[in-house]
Amino acid sequence: MAGAEIEALIQLLARLPGLGPRSARRAALHLLDKRETLMSPLAQALSTAATSIKACTVCGNFDTVEPCAICQDRARDDSILCIVSDVASLWALERAQGYRGRYHVLGGLLSALDGIGPADLGVDDLVSRVQAGAIREVILATPATVDGQTTAHYIADRLSGLDVSVSGLAHGVPVGGELDYLDDGTINAALKARRGL
Amino acid sequence: MDWRDQAIVLSVKSHGENGAIVALLTQEHGRQAGMVRGAHSIKQRGVLLPGNRVWASWRARLAEHLGALRCELVSAHAAQALDDPARLAALSSACALTLIALPEHQPLPALFGALTALLDALPHPSWPSVYVHWELALLRGLGYGLDLTTCAATGVNDGLAYVSPKSGRAVSLSAGEPYADKLLPLPRFLAEGGEGAPADITNGLTLTGYFLDRHVLSAHGLSFPPARERLVERVRGLSPTIP
Repeated sequence: MAGAEIEALIQLLARLPGLGPRSARRAALHLLDKRETLMSPLAQALSTAATSIKACTVCGNFDTVEPCAICQDRARDDSILCIVSDVASLWALERAQGYRGRYHVLGGLLSALDGIGPADLGVDDLVSRVQAGAIREVILATPATVDGQTTAHYIADRLSGLDVSVSGLAHGVPVGGELDYLDDGTINAALKARRGL
Repeated sequence: MDWRDQAIVLSVKSHGENGAIVALLTQEHGRQAGMVRGAHSIKQRGVLLPGNRVWASWRARLAEHLGALRCELVSAHAAQALDDPARLAALSSACALTLIALPEHQPLPALFGALTALLDALPHPSWPSVYVHWELALLRGLGYGLDLTTCAATGVNDGLAYVSPKSGRAVSLSAGEPYADKLLPLPRFLAEGGEGAPADITNGLTLTGYFLDRHVLSAHGLSFPPARERLVERVRGLSPTIP
């Protein structure tokens, strides 16, 4: 039906998150319709991103500069390090604008199923970073899942001999959440983590 | 083909953008797997965690198909264990061992009951002893049960202190003393009941670990899941009064 080049474009677009073969075809047609205003700038942006964006060697964040803008920011607190599983979590924390310390991206979580062990997450590098720097507090912001908390406990163990306080994110009722709509596990976690008012 | 059954979530592996392949141990249908659509939705995220007890509905055209699975939460065991590294290691170890040791589609209601009992016991201080009993139940359920009731050499049922690594039978202190270096120590709580001290739990895990490795894992070219190794390390580090 379509030429090989168009089929290749559709197949590549269909690999993107949120797009299936049908929506990829629509996206391809839209791009072809808006060749000058959308397709060429997109191709240029993709090419530039592919060559210039790299993972920061200090924290693991994506940026065009090395080290990344967050690591270079002198206004940030050097004494707090927040450990996240992936760049998406880092971006979520940045969006919330409630944290002004440094980051460390693990690039995954300990998982026996996926064969991910401590060496794959660069935990030794993390321990070296904590040992070498002026870090006084480490915040473990891994997901509230079995793998996420297993990873957090493992890292907490590895950091236990060092002169840093280790904390984890609270688990419980989300802002705007109603108890009736929460699962039992979240309600129990919220009860356990209750605080004085 | 369809069924509805009580089940315990053993593993959740992401599939595509929103789906996940979920492995379960069901009460009447054994170990099963199915595809859950929308597994990463806000509603399902807290349900599909290893160790959670659910009501599962499975549907497929043929019994051999992967099938579509729907899960409703019954007990959120995972959330209760998340803050405690030792309990979390026990939960992960039990789920991982069940996943690799049990055959698919074979009803094993006794093992479902044993795993449920372990998960129910996790919030209580006696959980390490229950965990060791669970590994014994796993061996028994797979046909490799240990006989810890009488001495294999003398037939007495008092003073049992060792287990023969060859036969898996208990040996009394007097009969086993000359061969103590070749026998596995039998923790007192496994022979006489009650709760074990941390040293007894470590011996219990060594005992069950030996037979699990010999009969269940090495025989199939498998090794212990990292979660169990973490559990052994955690138990070694437990204080004399287990919280």
